[in-house]
Amino acid sequence: MYPSRFSYDAPTTVAEAIDLLRRAGGEAKVLAGGQSLVPMMKLRFASPEMLVDINNIPGLAYHSADPDGTYRIGALCRHEDLEKDAELVTQQPTIAAAAPVIADPIVRTRGTVVGSLCHADPQGDWASVMSALGGSIVAEGPSGRRSIQCAEFVNGPFQNLLEFDELAIEAFVPPPVGARSGGYLKLERRIGDFATVGVAVSVESSGDQVTRAGIGLTGVGPSTICAEAAAELLVGQDLNPETIHRAAELASEISQPRSDHRGSAAYKRHVVATFVTRILSSLELATREAA
Amino acid sequence: MTSLFEVVSEEASADTPIRRLTVTVNGNQHTLDVEPRLLLAHLVRQALGLTGTHVGCDTTNCGACTVLFDGSPVKSCTMFAVQADGHEVTTVEGLASASELDPIQEGFKDEHGLQCGFCTPGMMLSAKALLNENPDPTEDEIRWALSGNLCRCTGYQNIVKAVLRAAAGLRNQEDAGEDETS
Ligand SMILES: Cc1cc2nc3c(=O)[nH]c(=O)nc-3n(C[C@H](O)[C@H](O)[C@H](O)COP(=O)(O)OP(=O)(O)OC[C@H]3O[C@@H](n4cnc5c(N)ncnc54)[C@H](O)[C@@H]3O)c2cc1C
Ligand code: FES
Ligand code: FES
Repeated sequence: MYPSRFSYDAPTTVAEAIDLLRRAGGEAKVLAGGQSLVPMMKLRFASPEMLVDINNIPGLAYHSADPDGTYRIGALCRHEDLEKDAELVTQQPTIAAAAPVIADPIVRTRGTVVGSLCHADPQGDWASVMSALGGSIVAEGPSGRRSIQCAEFVNGPFQNLLEFDELAIEAFVPPPVGARSGGYLKLERRIGDFATVGVAVSVESSGDQVTRAGIGLTGVGPSTICAEAAAELLVGQDLNPETIHRAAELASEISQPRSDHRGSAAYKRHVVATFVTRILSSLELATREAA
Repeated sequence: MTSLFEVVSEEASADTPIRRLTVTVNGNQHTLDVEPRLLLAHLVRQALGLTGTHVGCDTTNCGACTVLFDGSPVKSCTMFAVQADGHEVTTVEGLASASELDPIQEGFKDEHGLQCGFCTPGMMLSAKALLNENPDPTEDEIRWALSGNLCRCTGYQNIVKAVLRAAAGLRNQEDAGEDETS
């Protein structure tokens, strides 16, 4: 299968890339890992007149923490880079748990986190993870940079808030209030499948009190769901069987799964509650040990 | 210089965008003019005649088209040839030398790690990347590393055994090498 004809450029600076996008006037697409865009172009679901390949721009493959704890993931950080970082599990446990369960190992060598967020697949895993963590996207265009909250970045299936001449430079997670813990659990029929159910949990805590929390749900609605009420009720509380149970119930209630070949709606709702409980219960131990 | 746009289509015209690329495949450098929409899989198979790289699903699912791109496994049906400009690609033909098989190939041969052989080039290249990083993998680590390569014949048992045997073979080779130098 061949995509329709396009022209191609591989700029070596962000400024050049933005200029190419600007001059193409909305007819160009950014090529990052290509793991979503190339299949779509081959099926002719996408037929851009031009590709701006950002893979030759140096300095975008990073993932690192600022001194204040802000965690930054550059536009060319691949899923695999995160999967292979042994320190990530203490720094960013939710991200560390998600990276190895995205797609399959070969796709993970190319696909990027920022590309996934831009692609805005309603069933993608990173949007739930980043929403739970309160993350943002940094976009750069001809008039400079701006940040957009991940929870607001997607404005429809496969649509995001970027202007045609903006490049997503990085995604970032703000510093935690207190200690950070969390996890991601995904039920999939086989490796490489999208989630039947995915649950991202982020908990920030001081002593045994939760200072901030986020819960994101994958695969159980028309798009990513932020289970805000479930996360809110944990704040100011410690993680005990009662609070965990209530959070799991609320998350399950707000989910809107549909019965399909991956399972019945009731089953998926049950899995949401189970995953929230499992992740939060594993953190309860962490909080107690730290205390 | 080979002109490649006819590989893509017959009706290339003056405004067909053509890019020149230089790529090293199995140690040999090639400079070619191609249309940007030429896939890496087709560059390798049609332009270079290396038909060991198989195209199975053509939709990024099966891993049959796996090649090593600067040492990392990639699905060559999901990359454009122009993206390989300045990079190194290894295909299954790059594993064996003129006189002997790669230990990975020995492993697949000895353990009957293939039936129809369609998935085998991709399997072997994913296995090669794994063993380069982790010379002594567990069975679980092998299954994990190969989980992007589908096989419709073998049931995977012998593939896993083949990689275990290849790993042992490689470690023996290295031990022997060390004995010789010491
Ligand atoms: C077999 C298979 C299984 C998969 N399974 C999963 C899964 O389980 N979970 C999951 O979440 N994903 C899954 N994916 C998708 C995978 O995670 C992709 O890597 C990801 O969706 C896209 O990232 P990319 O870097 O490849 O982006 P590309 O394909 O290069 O781009 C995707 C889109 O985002 C735009 N874009 C990319 N980067 C930027 C940027 N920096 N600025 C502006 N726009 C940009 C592109 O123009 C394009 O429209 C799967 C893919 C495959 C092929
Ligand atoms: S042919 Fe490329 S993944 Fe199947
Ligand atoms: S041997 Fe036939 S597909 Fe694997």
